[in-house]
Amino acid sequence: MSDHSSAVVVKQQPARALEVGKMAKLWIDIKRNRVSYYFLAPFLILFTLFTIIPILTSVALSFTYYNILEAPRFIGLSNYKLLFVDDDIFLKAIGITLKFAFITGPLGYVLAFLLAWLISQIPVKYRFFYTLCFYTPSITSAVAMSVVWLYLFAGDRKGLLNHYLMKLGILDEPYLFLQNIHSIVPVIIIVSLWMSMGVGFLAFLAGLQNVPKDLYEAGSIDGIKYRWQQLIFITIPSVKPQLLFGAVMQVVFSLQVFDVSVQLVGLPSPLYAGHTILAHLFDYAFIRFEMGYASAIAVVLFCLMLGLNRLIFKWLGRD
Amino acid sequence: MAGMVKGRRVDWGDVSLYTFLTVLGLVMLAPLVYMASTAIKPVSELFLFPPRFFVVNPTLINFRDLLLITGTSFVPFSRYIFNSVVVTLGIVIFGVLISAMAAYPLAKHEMPFKKWIFSMVVTALMFSPMVLQIPQYLIISKIGLMNTYFAMILPYLAAPIGMFLMTQFLRQIPDALLEAARMDGASEWKVFFTVIMPMLKPAISTFALFSFIQAWNDPYPAMVYTTHEDMKSLPLAIQTISGGAGVIARVGTLAAASFLMIIPTIIVFVITQRMVLQTMAHSGLKE
Repeated sequence: MSDHSSAVVVKQQPARALEVGKMAKLWIDIKRNRVSYYFLAPFLILFTLFTIIPILTSVALSFTYYNILEAPRFIGLSNYKLLFVDDDIFLKAIGITLKFAFITGPLGYVLAFLLAWLISQIPVKYRFFYTLCFYTPSITSAVAMSVVWLYLFAGDRKGLLNHYLMKLGILDEPYLFLQNIHSIVPVIIIVSLWMSMGVGFLAFLAGLQNVPKDLYEAGSIDGIKYRWQQLIFITIPSVKPQLLFGAVMQVVFSLQVFDVSVQLVGLPSPLYAGHTILAHLFDYAFIRFEMGYASAIAVVLFCLMLGLNRLIFKWLGRD
Repeated sequence: MAGMVKGRRVDWGDVSLYTFLTVLGLVMLAPLVYMASTAIKPVSELFLFPPRFFVVNPTLINFRDLLLITGTSFVPFSRYIFNSVVVTLGIVIFGVLISAMAAYPLAKHEMPFKKWIFSMVVTALMFSPMVLQIPQYLIISKIGLMNTYFAMILPYLAAPIGMFLMTQFLRQIPDALLEAARMDGASEWKVFFTVIMPMLKPAISTFALFSFIQAWNDPYPAMVYTTHEDMKSLPLAIQTISGGAGVIARVGTLAAASFLMIIPTIIVFVITQRMVLQTMAHSGLKE
């Protein structure tokens, strides 16, 4: 028995010495590269203070009851229990958010790619005009654009859309687009789609411009005749990294629908029909000041974003 | 229109391509054109029935009203513009500098933890900073920065997207230039300011565009980190003029304010777009 244990000790000693040597080497390495760390320092300090610590704090707070006035009180998992079992409005918000994510996400993504591809088919000198047409909506602020949407979708016959629908005889009386619980989600989806040609669209556009020309020549020798064949066999594989980047941006965009909803239908919206997870988070955090509960909502949304993005990495990340 | 006609025959594929893109492009632009035309409509045309898309007698009265109406309230409208400009410029200038400084060693130096730090930044790309709003608010209020410009600038300086784009862009640049500068005895700081910064120009303009748009349009920092009326920013002020969702009051003034709000973002995009496309070509993610 003792023989056996001593054998183990003998085995462990060189390993530990190696470990110490490794640490010392690492330390020397770090010291040698200290200039690099000086460059990184401002970013890392701010990143730690405003991103890493907040993530940890959020997770910690989500297990407490905290209303800012009193110190946080540990209450275990009851925030999560309340969230998933008793809070009907939250469950509804998850449903609405996922509905957005699964409609505006893929639709906006495919649309952005197709438009970028079509634009890349035309001569360079005309491209700028079209890029401007499609990209400008995404850089307008939701708050500022509400003046247009509120007028377009206004519920009386003076609303632009109602006016024309009645003139064409499709409607007999004005439709309350922004008050009717059946039309709130579609209206927000339309406005979000209008704004969705963002960073991903630019990434696609740039990636498509830089596909090497000789790939297409090689393709035509191999018998590729049509534009759609070029698209599937040559173009898409060569812009895969941009596709992945665009997908990540799209997930983040479509899960954070909030501004548009609040501007158009208010907070809370009629019968909570346009209530998204972020709206719920904002409601509990900055209106009711229930920071613990709101943190639990934030953690759920955070996990949802990371989870969906991991999934996308799995689908698109393979070479 | 050389692209439309090949030889003497009209290429119908090209014609339908241009038609489709033009029609869709105009539909996308329509709401913006409508806003611009509302901003210069006189009162007599604002509430006209049937509603009219284009303006007939353009006037600047709405812009005058914007300054007059809000000028008599206790915070003049120009104060909101000033606040927005200060905060946005702060975020853009310092954000660019900090991200560029961090991107340089990550792209061009060999050091421990490099991969680890970069993958942390890529992970940070995958979620919206909105989910961190509560703890950020607690941190800002605990260190006593409420109602200062710092509160609206500091949390947004370390932007993962800026650092990511710059690192990817720098990786494409050959090392030979850096080596040449180092041979001449330049310190790393000198290399950074005289070689790296000028070469990074496309990536800098791109990130400047993104962070400008984000900072200029975002009403939440002012909503969450300030309690004083004279610290509010432009988007929040516009929300106040409009009186919230479902209220159609002062349409002309509101359109004028919204117009003023959107114009800078479009101008910045037009200026930077060539460089943006250069940078975005290197934006790819790989695993």
